[in-house]
Amino acid sequence: MSQNNSAMKVVGQSIPRIDAPIKATGKARYTGDMKLPGMLYGKMLFSSVPHASIVRIDVSKALALPGVKDVIVGKDTPGIKFGNWRLFPATQDELPLAIDKVRFIGDAVAAVAAISQDIADEAIGLIEVEYAPLPAVYTIEDSLAAGAPLIHDENKELTNNISLDRKIDVGDVDAAFATADYVREDTVFVHAVSHAYMEPCAVLVEPDTEGRLTIWTSTQTPYIVQCLLASTLAIPENHVRVVKPYIGGGFGGKMELRPWDFCASLLARRTGRPVRFVLTRVEEFEVGRRRHGMKIRSKVAFKKDGTLIAKDFEAYLDGGAYNSMGPTATFLCGNFGAMLYRYPNYRYRGHHVYTNKPPAGAMRGFGAPQALYLSETQMNIAAEELGIDPIELRLKNAMVTGDVIEGVTRISSAGFVESLHKVAEMTNWKEKRASLAPNKGIGIGCYSFISGGVFNWFNTQYNFASCEIRAYSDGTAHLLTMAADIGQGSDTVLRQIMAQDLGLDPEQIRLTAADVTMTPKADLGTWGSRVTLMNGNAVLDATQKMRAELAKMVSLRFNLNVIHEVAFADGRVFAKAQPAKGISFGEAVTMWVKANRGEELVVRGHYTPRDLGLTSPAYSFGAQVAEVEVDPETGVVTVEKVSTAHDCGTVINPLAVEGQLEGAIQMGLGYALCEQFVMRDGKTLNTTFLDYKVPAAEDMPAIASAAIETYEPQGPLGAKEAGEGLAIPTAPAVSDAVWHATGYRCKDLPITPEKILRATGKL
Amino acid sequence: MDKVCITLNVNGDRYELAVDPWRTLVEVLRDDLNLTGTKIGCQTGDCGACTVLIDGKSVASCMMLAVAADNKNIATIEGLSTGQDELHPIQEAFVEQGAIQCGYCTPGMVLSTKYLLDQNPDPTETEIRQALSGNLCRCTGYHRIVKAVEAVAVKMRADGKGE
Ligand code: FES
Ligand code: FES
Repeated sequence: MSQNNSAMKVVGQSIPRIDAPIKATGKARYTGDMKLPGMLYGKMLFSSVPHASIVRIDVSKALALPGVKDVIVGKDTPGIKFGNWRLFPATQDELPLAIDKVRFIGDAVAAVAAISQDIADEAIGLIEVEYAPLPAVYTIEDSLAAGAPLIHDENKELTNNISLDRKIDVGDVDAAFATADYVREDTVFVHAVSHAYMEPCAVLVEPDTEGRLTIWTSTQTPYIVQCLLASTLAIPENHVRVVKPYIGGGFGGKMELRPWDFCASLLARRTGRPVRFVLTRVEEFEVGRRRHGMKIRSKVAFKKDGTLIAKDFEAYLDGGAYNSMGPTATFLCGNFGAMLYRYPNYRYRGHHVYTNKPPAGAMRGFGAPQALYLSETQMNIAAEELGIDPIELRLKNAMVTGDVIEGVTRISSAGFVESLHKVAEMTNWKEKRASLAPNKGIGIGCYSFISGGVFNWFNTQYNFASCEIRAYSDGTAHLLTMAADIGQGSDTVLRQIMAQDLGLDPEQIRLTAADVTMTPKADLGTWGSRVTLMNGNAVLDATQKMRAELAKMVSLRFNLNVIHEVAFADGRVFAKAQPAKGISFGEAVTMWVKANRGEELVVRGHYTPRDLGLTSPAYSFGAQVAEVEVDPETGVVTVEKVSTAHDCGTVINPLAVEGQLEGAIQMGLGYALCEQFVMRDGKTLNTTFLDYKVPAAEDMPAIASAAIETYEPQGPLGAKEAGEGLAIPTAPAVSDAVWHATGYRCKDLPITPEKILRATGKL
Repeated sequence: MDKVCITLNVNGDRYELAVDPWRTLVEVLRDDLNLTGTKIGCQTGDCGACTVLIDGKSVASCMMLAVAADNKNIATIEGLSTGQDELHPIQEAFVEQGAIQCGYCTPGMVLSTKYLLDQNPDPTETEIRQALSGNLCRCTGYHRIVKAVEAVAVKMRADGKGE
């Protein structure tokens, strides 16, 4: 791993984001802001029934409407299924447009392109679809009941609605339970929530005269969209150029090919004109992906002194009508069930269950918020019953650097113990937990999260992350990266890493990102908190190559002894021990170009995790304490303060990390207290921000935080993730605080006033 | 239904337009005038992404028909900073304080902030949070935004630019 010996000048600084000024002035172009000459406006028709055969679709009236240029239905498509688990084609269960069957209210049935949005909207209302209804199921229980309709009866390998199972077996769980002093079993239901990113999905496609496409789409994963668009359109990958404009948040909800991407592309090819789709918020709530609702059972075994000896963990995921990212969530839920503490014996059974509801996908934490809501709640219950302080119980079992879960996980850095101590100290935990005013409560929740996945279910043939660096005689450089900044700040952070390692001012670095035909295309996108670690390592791979080339020039120029180390700082390249022996970065580039007879100085960097277990190269850790007040009459919970101590390795940009933490707390509070879908017979009833309540500025608590710095050997300059893990601990911490205030232990999220009042006998 | 001729004064520029009477102000700003800095997050008046100032008052432009803005003075995010590189102090504070992540809520937040500070140059934290509670942000948790507003209020008072 390349590491510049010069002091950290850029890394560790709270540098404002590169893209902040353009966003502040309203000049940043998001997909829905773009328009092209001759552009047509698109609109989707989504299924209005939860489960049915399609008997007949008549588009003639829509086609006859003046201004409508084209209408497509399933039979106009190649009929090729897609999904992100390409390694297992049987899991690819979704068609871009339904052909003979719809499986949820929101399944894509037809699409229109017209000369105005009003005409496209009107045309959708003129399409006649005749459905033959099929029995539908909306809960895990009903879906698994004998005689339930098979939602994917076309897949002959499935005999029920479980699309996929995953198991983990470590040690001998049953034998360990037989020796336990204390056993605790709990089942919880955690609910589905919306990503509620502020930018509704949009796509704009421009065809060229040879049928190639340029696609601007609100995606976290341009390369995945390129591959899946090419396969579903049955055209070469290289005919599909996916460009990521500015993205208004994703949180996991924009990491797949979506029907509008496909329909805009097909309509553009058929009409020869650019086509744009912009979803409405109502459509987002109805057909957007969501976090998995799960039913999870956990049984844990302890020794009297609080030592954990075994865990038996089983999850049923309510997947909705298609696999989407459910297989990954099923896998990760089990991995996270084994995290945070040492479970010498661990068993996991995960089942991904189809229901006739909108599919659940990836959402910030990806299996972990659910798994750790139960694990952490159970830890707090066990602490109470064993008569041990919850932080003490955690300290006794906490994972530390060097821990290994055989065949699953290897922890190369862990600041968990330090986080627990720190958060206890920050909050005066001991005293407050022991005695608190009436109706006040203090509670704890902890987390660990992956810094990217080592698995390759997408079956990419390329490296997991890649970049190119070009250096110029004027002392500037150009970073071309496939990393997709969706608002998390990766453009800024990668530029910081590069600037640090090449000794440049970040402002001397031009950055071009996420254009699959212009930047190196190997990259799996933004998800699983992979970008800082993987793309950061790819950048360092490239800077290392760049440094080697330029060091040769300085060595030649000053006739340096072979033992001299060449350093890069302040825009100069010089002998570290004799800084006067050096030249500017630009002069070094000029020398290199001349020495190479006019070649441009271009290097490429790559990263792929190899031989690092089954899950991730590195893990973040942290502990969070919530302080609440519960109104005994109304059951309303006011979260007064949330304090967090967390380990994300080297902090590259403290301002960016703080921003992630604060945003994660907001999302965690929504998950714990106020966000939920209201469904009836498969229909989503709350489809506006009035009815689906996300926390506003006045709902936020006071926030305190401390970063526990560790050095992660697998991470770039010691860094690891800070994006998703922080969204995990708030729900269990608030839940524990509510218990502390009221005696009510929530096993059925969200924690509503009604549930509290029922539990306290007030209702 | 016939189109209606209206005049919109946007950021000091005068536009004469014939618009369908059912079109909202945000649609006309974005589609007809190409002022896409004003965002659409919901079209139901619940998110604040489409906030503009009309005769100095903050308005959700998705909830107002374009014809209702006839002859009114409209300020959008594009009109806030004066020069090419120059940021308005509110924008500068948002940049420096880390109040911007994905940026989709930012134009609306900035204009709501402008309205707040025009009314109340020295707001308390609670007043800031209340004033911004019609503007949803899913990325930041609002803390940096509140900090930015506090910082710029101090700066604008010191500079006497409270307007
Ligand atoms: S778009 Fe107008 S309030 Fe949301
Ligand atoms: S910065 Fe993303 S919604 Fe506010």
